Amino acid sequence: MMKPEWLARSLLVALLALAALAVGAGWYGQRGVVTLRARMPEGGGWSPGEIKADVGEPLKLRLTSDDVTHSFAVGQLDLPAVDIHPGEMSEVTLVFDRPGKYTYYCTRWCGLNHWRMRGTIEVSSPDPSQTGKVVVGETPLYLELGLDIDTPHPAQLTPGSKPAASAGRARLEQVPLKYRGLSYYRTHSPAAAWEALRAEPFARDLSDAQVWSLVAALWQANTGAERLAEAEAIYRQNCAACHGENGGGDGVFAAQAASEAASMDVPTSGQPIDAHDLKTPANFTAAESMLGASPAILQGKIVRGGMGTGMPYWGPIFTEEQIWALVDYLWTFQFDYSLEVNP
Amino acid sequence: MTHAAGGDRETGKDRFDLARLPWLRPLIYSRWPLFIARSVTLAGFVFTILVGLFGSPVGSHNFAIIFVWIAWWTALKLFFIPLGGRSWCSVCPLPMPGEWLGQGGLVSKTRKRLGLRLRWPRRLRGYWLQVGLFLVIGLFSAVTLTDPRVTAWILLSLILLAILLSLVYERRAFCTYLCPIGGFTGIYAQIAPVEVRVVNTAICAAHAEKTCYLECPWGVYPVALRDSSQCGLCLECLRVCPQDNIALNLRPFNSDLGAARRTQRLDEAFLALVMLGSALAFGAVFIGPWGILKNAALAIGSLPWLGYAAAFLTLNMAFLPAAFALAVWLAEKGSLRTAPFRRALANWSQALLPLGLFSWIAFTVSFALPKFSYITNALSDPLGQGWSLLGSAQVVVNADKFNLAPILQVAALLVGLYWSVNLAVNLAKTETGAPLALRKAAPLVAFSLLYTLLMLGLLVG
Repeated sequence: MMKPEWLARSLLVALLALAALAVGAGWYGQRGVVTLRARMPEGGGWSPGEIKADVGEPLKLRLTSDDVTHSFAVGQLDLPAVDIHPGEMSEVTLVFDRPGKYTYYCTRWCGLNHWRMRGTIEVSSPDPSQTGKVVVGETPLYLELGLDIDTPHPAQLTPGSKPAASAGRARLEQVPLKYRGLSYYRTHSPAAAWEALRAEPFARDLSDAQVWSLVAALWQANTGAERLAEAEAIYRQNCAACHGENGGGDGVFAAQAASEAASMDVPTSGQPIDAHDLKTPANFTAAESMLGASPAILQGKIVRGGMGTGMPYWGPIFTEEQIWALVDYLWTFQFDYSLEVNP
Repeated sequence: MTHAAGGDRETGKDRFDLARLPWLRPLIYSRWPLFIARSVTLAGFVFTILVGLFGSPVGSHNFAIIFVWIAWWTALKLFFIPLGGRSWCSVCPLPMPGEWLGQGGLVSKTRKRLGLRLRWPRRLRGYWLQVGLFLVIGLFSAVTLTDPRVTAWILLSLILLAILLSLVYERRAFCTYLCPIGGFTGIYAQIAPVEVRVVNTAICAAHAEKTCYLECPWGVYPVALRDSSQCGLCLECLRVCPQDNIALNLRPFNSDLGAARRTQRLDEAFLALVMLGSALAFGAVFIGPWGILKNAALAIGSLPWLGYAAAFLTLNMAFLPAAFALAVWLAEKGSLRTAPFRRALANWSQALLPLGLFSWIAFTVSFALPKFSYITNALSDPLGQGWSLLGSAQVVVNADKFNLAPILQVAALLVGLYWSVNLAVNLAKTETGAPLALRKAAPLVAFSLLYTLLMLGLLVG
C-alpha cells in the first residue's frame, strides 16, 4: 500500500522543489538588477526612491512606467536621458567612478509635480579614503559671499527699453579693466554696474541708455553663443514649464505651481510659508527684479530653489558650469545679445 | 470488485456515460491522473506566489498577475465552467494540502488523519460568505488585479485559510462556504454539460454502507444530487462505489435548470444577481468610455473611490435585486396559483444563470484576446527580468487578427439571453399552460433583455 504513496509524495516534493528552485535561481541570477518604476509624483513618484551602489560596480537598472511616458536621467552625469514608456522596460547600466549621493530625476513634463520626481543613488566606495566626498561641487558663490538670496533686490533705475549689447560693444575698450572680469560680472547686479559706470569719467558724455548698452555688452562678453545655446536647451526642458518659453513667469504650470506651493515644505529663510504669500514663478522679463540681481544671486536661487514657490533645487542635478550657463541665458530676457546693430 | 466492466449500464437517453469509454475508464478510476494534475497545479500555485512576492513589482511583467488574472481567469470562464462546471475544482490546488492531511495520504487513505472534523456552523451556510468575499475582491480589483505582491498575498491567505479550515471543519468547508470562486462556479455548473449521477437508485437504496457519501470530500450523497452545484467532480464516488453504479455523464446544456424548485433559499438568487451586477460594473469600469469611473475605481481609499464602492454595492445589493424582485412580482401577480414570494424569487432566479455566465464570458473575451500576448511573454519572462526563455518576451502576438472579439461577445450575450428567456418560459410553463406561459414570463424576459442591452452597450456599443 505504501509504495504508491511514497511515489506520490516524492513526485509532489519534486514538483514543489522545482517551483521554488526556478524562482530562487531566477532571483539569484537577477539579484544585482534594480527595477525602477516611474509614476507621476501624485501616484508615488519613483519606486524605489533610494538606490545603493558601489564605486566601479555596474548598476543595472530596469526602468518601467505605470502611467505616462517619463524619462530617466542622473544629475551631474554626462548620460543621455532614457525614455520610459508605460508598460515597457528600458534598461540602463550606470558605473560611478566617484562616491557620493547622486540624484536621478524625470526629464519629461509628466505632470504638475513633475519636478518632484526625484530619487537618490548612494554610491559608496570600499576605499575608506574615498568615502565622505560629496559629488556636489564647491560651495555655491552666494554662500561664500554671504548673500541673502531671499530678500527682494529691486533695481533703483531701469532702462526704458531692452538694452542692446551691440550698441555698447564699440565702447567696451574704454571700460576700466576692473569691470571686465568674470569675478566682477558674477558678483554685481546690472543696476550696480550701471551706477558704477555712470560715475566713471569716460562715461560723462554718454546718455543713460548708452550706459545700459555698455552694461549689456559687458554682460555678453562673459558668455558665448555656444554656451547660451546649451543653456537655452536646458531652460526649455527644465524651466520653461513654469517660467515660460519667453521668461515671463507664465509657463503652463505657473498658476498651479503657485497654489501647490502652500502644501509643501520648501526650504525658505526659516519662515513658514504663508498661504497669502504665495509667489508665482519668477518673471525674467521684469527689469526691476532682474537688473537688481547679481549672477551669484541667480545661481544661488537655481542651486537651492525654494523662495516660497514651487522652485525645485537644481544643485544636485546640473553641473556648476551648466548652472552658470543658465544664469548667462537668463540675461537674454533683459538684454538684446544679437550681433547686428539696431537702428 | 473490479471496474473492468461497465458496458451493461443504463443511463438516460440524452446522457452519455464517459466512464463507459474503455480508454477513459482507467484514467477515471485511478487516483493518479487527478493527483498528478493537482500536484502540477499546486506547484504552479507555489511558483505563482513566489514570483508574485519576489518577481518584478510591475504587474504587466509579472507571471503572477498575467497567469492568475488573464490566463487562469480566461480558462476558468471560457473553458472550465461552461464546458466542465466545477471541473476546475477537481484540480484546484487550494484545498489539496488540507485534504491530504485530512485523509492521511496523497493517493491512499490512512489512519494518520489530522483535523477536528467539526460541522460547519449552520448560520454560515449557503453562498452568503462567498458573495461577500467576491464583492470585497471586486471592490479592491484595482490593486488585486495589478499588484503582484497583493495577488501573491491573497493566494497565500486563501491556501492557508483553506488548510486551517480543513483542520477544524469537516470536508470541503472552505470550497463550499468561503471560496469566492466556488460560489459562482457552483451555480454555473448547473449549465455545464457534465454531471456525476447515480445510474440506478434502487441499488443505492439497498446499499447500507453508503461508501460514496463517506468518501466524498465534499460531503455529497450522489443519490441526492438534484443538480451539479455542489459536486466537485473529483470522481472519488465512482472509484469507491462497490456496485459500479455511478456515472460521469455528458449531458445537454442547462440540464439542471428549468424545473420548478420548492426551495426558499435566497442565497443562490442573490449570488446570481451579484454575478450580473459585477459583470456590468467591471464592464463599465474596464471597458466603458468613462475615465472618471475608471479613475475612481483605481484610487482606492479616496473619496471618488468611496463613491464608486457605494455605487458598486448599491447596484449589486439593492438595485438589481429590486429590479429582479419587481419582475418576479409582476410575473406572479397575474397568475392564479401564486407561490410564496420567497420561493418564487428562488425559482425564477434559475433563469438568471445563463445570462450571468455568458455576460462574464463576453466580458472575459474583451480582454482575453487583446492581452493574449501577455501570456506568452509571461511564460518567456516569468520573473519580469527581461528574459526570453521561449524567445517570445518581446513578440506582440495579435490573437485577434480578424477582430473577432466583438462578434464573439455579441454571440455570447445572445446565447445567454436566448437560454435565459427559454428557461423563463419553461419555468412559466410548469405553472401555467403553454398559451399563458409567455405572458407570465414576460417581466423576466424584459429583465433579461434590458440587462443584455446594457451589456451590449458597454462591451460592443
